[in-house]
Amino acid sequence: MEIVRSQRRNGSDGSGSSASLPLYKSAPSLEFRLEEFGQYAIDRLRVLQAISDGLSRGKKPEEMENLVSEQWRANMKHQDADKTLRKDIISHFVLRLVYCREEEMRRWFLSMETALFRYRFRLQNAEAQKSIMNELQLQYNVLGNAEYETIKDKLTEAARSVNFTSNPEAVFYKVPFEDVPELVASRRVFILKGFAFVPRNQVVSLVCTIFRSNISKALALTNRKWRAMIQDQEKDRIAPMVEALGNVYLGPDYSKPKDCAEISLKDINQLASTSFPLCMRHLFGKLREDHHLKHQGRMQLGLFLKGVGLKLEDALAFWRAEFSQKVGAERFDKEYAYSIRHNYGKEGKRTDYTPYSCQKIIMSTPSTGDHHGCPYRHFSEENLRAALNKMGVGGRAMDDIMDKVRNRHYQLACTLTFEATHGTSCETGINHPNQYFVESRKFFESKNKHSQPTA
Amino acid sequence: MTKEKEDNNRDDPMQIDSNRVPTGSLLTDYLRIYYGKFFPYTDMFKWLAYGNDGKHPGCDSSYFGRREFSFTINSDIDEVYLRFQSFFNASEMETSIKAKCPTKIDIGAVYTVDPAKRHAYAQSGFNPIERELVFDIDISDYDDVRYCCSGADTCLNCWPLMTIAIKVIDTALREDFGFSHILWVYSGRRGVHCWVCDSRARRLSKEQRSAIADYFHVYKGGENSLKKVTFSGPLHPFLARAYTDVLKNEFEKWVSTQKLFEHEERFHKILQLIPDESVVSELAEKWQGNSVRWEHLKHMLQSGSKKTQGLRRCIEEIVFSYTYPRLDIQVTKGMNHLLKAPFCVHPGTGRICIPIDPKKCEEFDPTSVPTVAQLIEELNANASIGADNYVEKTSLAASVHLFRTCFLEPLIKTCKDELENAYNTKIQQTKDSLNW
Repeated sequence: MEIVRSQRRNGSDGSGSSASLPLYKSAPSLEFRLEEFGQYAIDRLRVLQAISDGLSRGKKPEEMENLVSEQWRANMKHQDADKTLRKDIISHFVLRLVYCREEEMRRWFLSMETALFRYRFRLQNAEAQKSIMNELQLQYNVLGNAEYETIKDKLTEAARSVNFTSNPEAVFYKVPFEDVPELVASRRVFILKGFAFVPRNQVVSLVCTIFRSNISKALALTNRKWRAMIQDQEKDRIAPMVEALGNVYLGPDYSKPKDCAEISLKDINQLASTSFPLCMRHLFGKLREDHHLKHQGRMQLGLFLKGVGLKLEDALAFWRAEFSQKVGAERFDKEYAYSIRHNYGKEGKRTDYTPYSCQKIIMSTPSTGDHHGCPYRHFSEENLRAALNKMGVGGRAMDDIMDKVRNRHYQLACTLTFEATHGTSCETGINHPNQYFVESRKFFESKNKHSQPTA
Repeated sequence: MTKEKEDNNRDDPMQIDSNRVPTGSLLTDYLRIYYGKFFPYTDMFKWLAYGNDGKHPGCDSSYFGRREFSFTINSDIDEVYLRFQSFFNASEMETSIKAKCPTKIDIGAVYTVDPAKRHAYAQSGFNPIERELVFDIDISDYDDVRYCCSGADTCLNCWPLMTIAIKVIDTALREDFGFSHILWVYSGRRGVHCWVCDSRARRLSKEQRSAIADYFHVYKGGENSLKKVTFSGPLHPFLARAYTDVLKNEFEKWVSTQKLFEHEERFHKILQLIPDESVVSELAEKWQGNSVRWEHLKHMLQSGSKKTQGLRRCIEEIVFSYTYPRLDIQVTKGMNHLLKAPFCVHPGTGRICIPIDPKKCEEFDPTSVPTVAQLIEELNANASIGADNYVEKTSLAASVHLFRTCFLEPLIKTCKDELENAYNTKIQQTKDSLNW
């Protein structure tokens, strides 16, 4: 097993940040007890879930660093650094088994583990970071003096555009731009003739890309091994635990609405005004108004409706009724019907697409002519207020919601909207538009039950 | 059916009204002639084969055959869309296009196997592995800032927005990303497409394409956000260069051609981008009857007398909001997005999708791009005076020439060099492995 030897210096803050950060290159040949299997995994899962929460609330990097540090200390740390390392490695590999089995799960696990690694890496001191880079065989060339002189001004310009101070960073790595997509995407580095010039403090991005790629490949491999032999070999021992762990934090994905009764077209207007979250109300309204929606809008609304229980035939009728008013029934059938059937898994790859979660919607990038996205994030304050007014939100509630929006707590804002429009509190917090709908229907159903007896 | 026979047999040329945009069966007739005489099959093959034309021992002769094409075919009753078309060589491609006469040809990705045979493989065995880096810019995405046209129309007043887009993006692709084999194509009606064909570009992953798309993504926000461009600090060198070399001056011109400060609803939109009420009201008051408004606004925002948060970059934000390229990001991010092929006929306008020389993009005039009707008329005129090499004497010749000299020839040279090097390396490796 490859572990970077822990440096037993009493590090800067004694919180163990001088201890090593493993790269999980190969499965450990440690022995551990079955009880540890489950418990370690759950503890790590708490950390990953907290990270997921933090990201969807749009927390800034410094806040995430603190979050990770606290969560790690609370759930994973042991007084003995070696024991922490052991738990770290074991829990990671157990979770690999749990999350390798489905594509959505792999994607989530990969994102959270990469995020965890990123913030833990940032918390390491320079020595530790250097040794990790060596492990990853990052042999990127340090920028030579001569070349540095020719582009010094641009390097400073780029640095200032990122953190607004000209902190003269002396060490740069010259790296092919393909290796630092995150930095290129956010314009955080100067690039010239296909090379990115990465200041040492940005090296995190480099390292994370490689880490992510390694774990991604490993997950695919683990999945194959699991299916091919482990699942069977372990069906009486580990397999049931792995199944159970897989259900722990994922939450429903609303792709197969079993609890929800199927909804019919005649109810849809009513349901839209009482039980749709703002993002879907907006799309629905625009569709009724313009008799058209652009692609991402159709995806976001269409999959939501699928999750809500709208059957394929009804969906086709619904979209046709709207679109044919703008483009004609023929064009609808030719150009748009296919993709609706595609969403229901009846065409092409026949994947049954899952409705988008809040996290996904918040991260989307609506552009000219688009109405998708999260209104709490993507609307201007004026437009958001107007939209909430139409829903009947005002006064104190409006102010609270706007406050949440300003602090980038978009899902909390949506939760408050739910509470304001339903007159009840929502304990769980909104993570998914379909969850909003389900909670809303639950509320109205119980209200109807209770109001039955009164004449 | 009879008309066809007539066309083939009679000596005097078809009566062409080159001002009419052909539709329906007339379009099909024109396309038949276009595909018969004009479409540059060999050049397209040479491009998309990237040197794998079978002549060098290092060639991959399956390469061209693994590229997906798609055809849109209009008959009298229906429109049919055929995906996963593939051809082994130029001759097969030519035969198929001439037979089917598509109103549109799209180019997709190069897959792991021949797309026509994809069902023979497990789902995991059929994947896109190479694809040009592409960009699609549509002038209708600028409708909120142009007042001369809207929707699918364009004129010489608003076309400069496309020129700006070409300049900004072409420079960045070459200078920042180091690409050199870049083809810009007029989309036939209201926009431009860009094909980056370096092998490094073709091999980019989805994530890397996404990163490049985001690098260019400056104008953000859907219908409901007010401010689409926000700069919180000094500009990144790419943006600074775009501003200084192109956008700043182009905006000045735009102010004048679109009369941005002469109409209240037009300059009101600009005022909305200023995050300081006091500045806005002061300007609005003073502007009741004054036309040097833009100078005034610049002066006020630059003087630094107001210290409001967000004012420092306001001028740049305004300039970028109006002139910075607005890309269709999804087109660039995907690896198997199908994009219209160059030299197609646009069915809505009859115009040919001809290449644009980025170094001379200011001279490009979308209103004088040859139409299919015009080309056929020229062809007939040449034939009737007994000229040979008919096609070369038509308006399309210049475009084909541009395609070849500015794009195809340098590309092929690079491809051949790469093939040669890869081949030699392989030979060397085999030799080395035989040495003890």
